[in-house]
Amino acid sequence: MENHAEDVKVIVFQLQNEEYGVPVGRVGSIERMMPITRVPRTVSFVKGVMNLRGVVTPIIDLRERFGIEGTSYDESTRIIIVHLDDMEVGLVVDSANDVIDIPSGTIEPPPEVVGTVDADYISGVAKLDRRLLILLNLEEVLSEQEIRQLQSIEG
Amino acid sequence: MEMSQYLEVFIEESKEHLQTVNDSLLKLEKNPEDLSIVQEIFRAAHTLKGMSATMNYQDLANLTHKMENVLDLIRNHKIHVDSDLLDIIFDGVDDLEAMVGDIASGGQGERDVKEVVEKLERIEKGETPTSVQKSEAVSQMEENHSHDHPNQLILDEFQRTLLMESAEQGFSNYEITVTLTQDCMLKGARVYMVFEVLEQVGEVAQSAPSVDQLEEENFDLEFKVLLLSTHEKEDIKARILKVSEIDTVHVVQVTAEDYVTANSAESKELNNVSSEQETKESIENASVAVAVKEKSTTSEAQKTNENTPQKAAQSKTIRVNIDRLDVLMNLFEELVIDRGRLEQISTDLNHSELQETVERMSRISGDLQNIILNMRMVPVEQVFNRFPRMVRQLARDLNKKVNLVVEGAETELDRTVIDEIGDPLVHLIRNSLDHGIETPESRVEKGKPEEGNLKLQAYHSGNHVFIEISDDGGGINRDKVLQKAMNNGLVTAEQASSLTDQQVFDFIMSSGFSTADKISDVSGRGVGLDVVKNTIESLGGSITIDSAPDQGSVFSIQLPLTLSIISVMLVEVQQEKYAVPLSSIIETAIVKKEDIMHAHNKQVIDFRGRVVPLVSLEDVFEVPQETEKGDYYSIVIVRKGEKMAGLVVDSFIGQQEVVLKSLGNYLQNVFAISGATILGDGQVALIIDSNALIK
Repeated sequence: MENHAEDVKVIVFQLQNEEYGVPVGRVGSIERMMPITRVPRTVSFVKGVMNLRGVVTPIIDLRERFGIEGTSYDESTRIIIVHLDDMEVGLVVDSANDVIDIPSGTIEPPPEVVGTVDADYISGVAKLDRRLLILLNLEEVLSEQEIRQLQSIEG
Repeated sequence: MEMSQYLEVFIEESKEHLQTVNDSLLKLEKNPEDLSIVQEIFRAAHTLKGMSATMNYQDLANLTHKMENVLDLIRNHKIHVDSDLLDIIFDGVDDLEAMVGDIASGGQGERDVKEVVEKLERIEKGETPTSVQKSEAVSQMEENHSHDHPNQLILDEFQRTLLMESAEQGFSNYEITVTLTQDCMLKGARVYMVFEVLEQVGEVAQSAPSVDQLEEENFDLEFKVLLLSTHEKEDIKARILKVSEIDTVHVVQVTAEDYVTANSAESKELNNVSSEQETKESIENASVAVAVKEKSTTSEAQKTNENTPQKAAQSKTIRVNIDRLDVLMNLFEELVIDRGRLEQISTDLNHSELQETVERMSRISGDLQNIILNMRMVPVEQVFNRFPRMVRQLARDLNKKVNLVVEGAETELDRTVIDEIGDPLVHLIRNSLDHGIETPESRVEKGKPEEGNLKLQAYHSGNHVFIEISDDGGGINRDKVLQKAMNNGLVTAEQASSLTDQQVFDFIMSSGFSTADKISDVSGRGVGLDVVKNTIESLGGSITIDSAPDQGSVFSIQLPLTLSIISVMLVEVQQEKYAVPLSSIIETAIVKKEDIMHAHNKQVIDFRGRVVPLVSLEDVFEVPQETEKGDYYSIVIVRKGEKMAGLVVDSFIGQQEVVLKSLGNYLQNVFAISGATILGDGQVALIIDSNALIK
């Protein structure tokens, strides 16, 4: 335990060819694709809401959120249910299959530009052997302000 | 011992006791001679004191103690009940409420109560100096005495008389010696529990050390009480032994004579101290008279105690956190969804045994649903309770005479509605008192009785609960309201002539009126009523006003039984399902394409002589995939106040009761969507807020 005290445990998921991580404490569950009810007049990356064991949960498509070219959902598509303060949101990702410990020493501040993703969403980048893991800043991903701004542009 | 686990119970019960005190004080004001009411107040206050001392809320216990002292004087006929006295006690109760409130929100229940305490003490001293001297002398001596022999029962004249009286009425007097075990952790709590037991079987006349000292744990392991009871010795002993951490209990039957010799010296001394020689006789007589009265009230109290209707009711209810009920509800909904699937499967398979089982399961889960929904229902009494007190205070402040009648307090409403409805009601009642009911003088001038009537009434009707606040005051002046409305530009002079009374009265709840000047007695009614209206509408309810000049006004509030379940019309737009709340639907219609007219480039229909604009849900909600429309339009006609609109949909699915759910905190203020629900197939359907669609 002592040695790992500085470690960060993250859930790893894929978007296109990149690997991302969210702290395991923020993740409620990982679900397979379910029927989603479209919610009209919301920003395009809000796919709608779904019935998560009796709770109506909003779902956002992370590809669209990050401006990555969309792809159709398939067998490996997963919905990661994350919670932040009193919000519960499902994130649609290409696949999710790993939980790893990252020694905090390997985490570097976000580079100026990583792929197509705006650096605001990234809290850091971790290098593990040959893998490069992008750690997400969920506060920014789910930022209310941003949603409102986008809504006022698109709506 | 960890106390926090009892905190919730403590807060709830304290509130109940304070409510009892409040109610009883109001009763007492009407019947100042009825000492059984004082007894009741005393009991509630005493329990509260004991509980707060056990929980270590000293300020709370101290203030209650002061109030008890005053109450004690009342029940011993030493002071007289009047409004000024009650005002001070009410102030004290207010402070107690504030303290409990503070504790509930995580504080320590500390509060500056110097003023009230001072007043209470002044009553204790100022009004009847002799009796106070005496009681001070008694307590002085009790203290002295208890230092000498801490566990000796000391009786004064009054208590000895009580003993003799009770013996004559067939009560037994027991001297009970209770010894706690060596390792007893919380002596105060044990004493409190023992007293609880004793109060069930009789009346505690005296204790050594004194109750205060016992509560402060100011004793070793042993204490004595003098109990008047009709119960058997062994029975009492057994009951006390049920309290844990008690080592031994000795019950000895005693008579008044046992104490006379022991205490005669003190009683003489006492009389010397307490009064001058001339008044000595009269006081003794008085205290005997009091004792007789006291006896009759205590025996009454005992009777009610023996029946203990309150206790019985308590043991049949448990307090459940509302969050747990929500969890239960969510789980149950999942069950309902699975039930739907099962039903589907069983019809598909056409297996008779399976069908039978599924049918039975459906029926049982239907019953279960009713029970779960009922669990969230609370009597509206919870809200109504605070009004008698409020009306009393307001009437005094405004120099008006008001008789408040409350009816249907047992009517049940969903907990969430109850929590929200309090403030609007307070507002309306204030309004009726302030602007509705006239001053006694002007009422007499009008030939009405001096005392105005304010009625608060709740009742069920269909799927709704109605709450009415009616007064027999001056009523609303239609012309003045109309004038004001025209000045504010809410209505034109031409429109004004065709408005019904109700439409006119509705203006006083529009926001333009909230800034109304107070000079006109009518416009003053508008202050803040728009807020009331908004709150009620946000609960899915509505409010109407009826009024006649000099006859009074009626504010009628209609509320849904529960917020969590609503009746909706499910409609289909392309592949998507939406729910329209039944409360906003006037009716549904199927209209031929050629009957649709155009006005100002908008589609409208002629609905019973009115031109109603059409709103295409497909366009508003940007539903994808276009399919060919048939020759008919399916239209749901909805209303928002007096305005109407027709929502164009593809087909009606039917009426259904659904559980209202929020879209979650991530999606707030979605246009024209007020929430979501989960359908039988597990899919989410959105609930349309038709108000947003009508401009």
